[in-house]
Amino acid sequence: MKFSEAYEPVIGLEVHAQLLTESKAFCGCTTKFGNEPNTNVCPICLGMPGVLPVLNKNVVEFVIRMGLATNCRIAPRSIFARKNYFYPDLPKGYQISQYEEPICTGGYVEIDLEDGTRKKIGLTRIHMEEDAGKSIHDQDAQTLMDINRCGGPLIEIVSEPDVRSPREAYLYLYKIRQIVTYLGICDGNMEEGSLRCDANVSVRKKGETSFGTKTEVKNMNSFRNVERAIEFEMNRQLRMLEDGEAVVQETLLWDADKNAAYPMRSKEEAHDYRYFPDPDLVPVLVDEPWIERVKSNLPEHPTTRRDRFISEYSLPWYDANILCEERGIADFFEAEISHLHKDDGAKQKEKIKLVANWVMTSVLRELGQRKIRIEDFSLPTGRLASMIELQVDGTISSRISKELWDEMLESNEDPKVIIEKKGLAQVSDEGAIEKIVNEVLEKNKLQVEKFLSGSERVFGFFVGEVMKATKGKANPTLVNSILKRRLSETVLSK
Amino acid sequence: MQDFFIPSSLIIQEKCCLNDFEALHTQLIAGETSCEKITQAYLRRIEQKKNLHAFLHVFADEAAERARTVDRKLADGTAGPLAGMVIAVKDVICMKGHPVTCGSRMLENFISPYDATVIQRLDAADAVVIGKTNMDEFAMGSSTENSAFGVTLNPMDESRVPGGSSGGSAVAVAASMATTALGSDTGGSIRQPAALCGVVGLKPTYGRVSRYGLVAFASSFDQIGSFGSTVRDVAYVLQTIAGHDPCDSTSADLSVPDYLKALTGDVKGLRVGIPTEYFTSALEAEISGPIMQKVDLLKRHGASIKEISLPHSEYTIATYYILSTAEASSNLARYDGARYGRRAPGVKDLLEMYTQSRSEGFGNEVKRRIMLGTYVLSAGYYEAYYRKGQKVRRLIKQDFDRAFQEVDCLITPTSPTSAFKIG
Repeated sequence: MKFSEAYEPVIGLEVHAQLLTESKAFCGCTTKFGNEPNTNVCPICLGMPGVLPVLNKNVVEFVIRMGLATNCRIAPRSIFARKNYFYPDLPKGYQISQYEEPICTGGYVEIDLEDGTRKKIGLTRIHMEEDAGKSIHDQDAQTLMDINRCGGPLIEIVSEPDVRSPREAYLYLYKIRQIVTYLGICDGNMEEGSLRCDANVSVRKKGETSFGTKTEVKNMNSFRNVERAIEFEMNRQLRMLEDGEAVVQETLLWDADKNAAYPMRSKEEAHDYRYFPDPDLVPVLVDEPWIERVKSNLPEHPTTRRDRFISEYSLPWYDANILCEERGIADFFEAEISHLHKDDGAKQKEKIKLVANWVMTSVLRELGQRKIRIEDFSLPTGRLASMIELQVDGTISSRISKELWDEMLESNEDPKVIIEKKGLAQVSDEGAIEKIVNEVLEKNKLQVEKFLSGSERVFGFFVGEVMKATKGKANPTLVNSILKRRLSETVLSK
Repeated sequence: MQDFFIPSSLIIQEKCCLNDFEALHTQLIAGETSCEKITQAYLRRIEQKKNLHAFLHVFADEAAERARTVDRKLADGTAGPLAGMVIAVKDVICMKGHPVTCGSRMLENFISPYDATVIQRLDAADAVVIGKTNMDEFAMGSSTENSAFGVTLNPMDESRVPGGSSGGSAVAVAASMATTALGSDTGGSIRQPAALCGVVGLKPTYGRVSRYGLVAFASSFDQIGSFGSTVRDVAYVLQTIAGHDPCDSTSADLSVPDYLKALTGDVKGLRVGIPTEYFTSALEAEISGPIMQKVDLLKRHGASIKEISLPHSEYTIATYYILSTAEASSNLARYDGARYGRRAPGVKDLLEMYTQSRSEGFGNEVKRRIMLGTYVLSAGYYEAYYRKGQKVRRLIKQDFDRAFQEVDCLITPTSPTSAFKIG
């Protein structure tokens, strides 16, 4: 057995999520991203002498949402603490955070493993805190400060050391992202730093219950990087143990370009944060009615929704999973479903599956190409559903539906209007199709000979020619049957 | 009743050139004087008594201009309740466009970009701010000798300290350089200089007055209060500045009673507590004697006197030093040279910028307290000091809660001694 096979990694994740509140956590400044440096600031977030923080109630509302969606206990009373350290992007010389008595404790999230099973990852806590500013080190060895982000609202989600592989870490983070975006409390963008992840990694012999020495890996700014960085760190620790060395507790920074993690300078991590309760803020009191109100306004949990899509719409797991990945997509899908005419079981199922297929392919492709979110997708609700109805009732062929789709995106017009205008309706007039078939066969005598001498491939050529002649509008089923009939008649006549 | 609160050990030696606020206001309404005249008189007085070094900044032109505005409002009948009050402000309270040095080199050239809530309220009530007063650096001290800008002298005896940290404000009132003055009190910084200068000083209950714009020393103790030559004047100021402020989460959301109406002079049935722990044999007769005379006076006017016990009193100072320095060490971390305030020139890196700027900017007392506060919050000491301190604080508070079930008020000495010599 390989050395590494006798070991398992023990991973805990700390995820920071930037909340989508209008204003910052403790002052009235906007949280808008991308403004000129140092314009979203006021004396409070600049840490001017004499200022005081006042908690933004929406921050509490959002963290309660997250706590409830992850099965946490919501503390009736929680307190803010100061985390003290000196850094230029931290104007007060301390960060307002929660330490003892955080607002959410003891929840869990369920991740979907690739073998189809589910695994619970425990949550130690979720707490509120404020963001720091940004240091920009320019080429002249100067450091410039941008305080815009400073004081922005964050929640930190701390997992139990329940994660057992880099892949599980990825899936956990994926689930957290899905939940925060469903709840509408964070945009989940890792590249822009709205979602940030640090990992605590250690390894131990399988079967052991105690933990090995852990290291912390920071600076992983994509889902893929989290997986790679943990993989790297896990292997590094295994090599050390294999070589008889001891793992040293330290903080490492992931370097995505070099595909490796490097220790931070020890001076940078030798912090004693001297946490103590922030005397400028009063305890956060959350009563039962508040919790109930938030609970009743929670959107359906993504996992619950996916399971419902499978049972209610008879969709395969794969489809349901893709459709529920983003709340906006799932909402779009269900809005279209609600616009379908009510039909009997089998037909309804067929239509629903067609809508699902269109969403998973054409809609997602369109969003990707235009680099927009589903919320910014301009197609009026119900258009896709009525197109599917037209396809199922035979008004248009599936081939024409693709053309119709492009037209719809272009004009935002009702598919019926477009069909009318452009004459896209399927030709199901047998006489008309037979006439065209005859013309095609007449024009292509050589190919007819080929077919008759056994080259069946030529059949497709005939279909293509008929379609070309009808601009794709001929009912393909009729084209097939009429072609077959006419060709066999030709054989008989010979 | 007002004279009960002026320690009789200190006799006001100088004849005040100006009256208390109520007298001024009456004259003003009667048209016998103007706000501008009053302001000019105080400005002359400030000039005359410059040697006391009560003020760090005098806003002569601005105050005169404000006074003229108030006079116009008086003529229109739109003047606020404090028209005619000329007030000095401790240099730890922010006023937009004005310095707020906190008695420190660190903020020597700093200009506040905003007004403290108390300043907004005083402005709205038409008080005129005449200048900003000297203080112990960052309100740490009890003599005003710890100011980076020189000591303030006690007007009763210029060889003695005025007390502190709000020494400048106490002197401004005691030497009639302002009608009233704002101070801040964390561990006696209004009460003690008031006692040492022979004026009335009030530290309101924590949460009564907004701290927004008060540069923090120890946030859970700091409170803005006022000095005046009479209890009524102090009540006028409190009436204006008290009350909930949405900018300060720790300000109490309770209605503000009519303090002036409550000052009837009637003490019949008032239950007065004398905490025995405060009157030990070590207390000088110079202090205890006059207090007891006043206790007798209250008794003669129908108050009931009761000895009570505050058993945890002996731990008060130790607890105060642990908790207040812990908070201070964090509150003063923002003075790092990065954004405003003093930045040491010619530093080679970030760490040196921090250490040099702070070494140059802070005086010794401030440094001592930052070090002490950092220590009590450090890993391994937090439990023994900070957390223990918090627990004892709760016990001390419970002493008072119990006492106030039995009595309506307590009489204690403010300072164990009268004003001591400078140096």
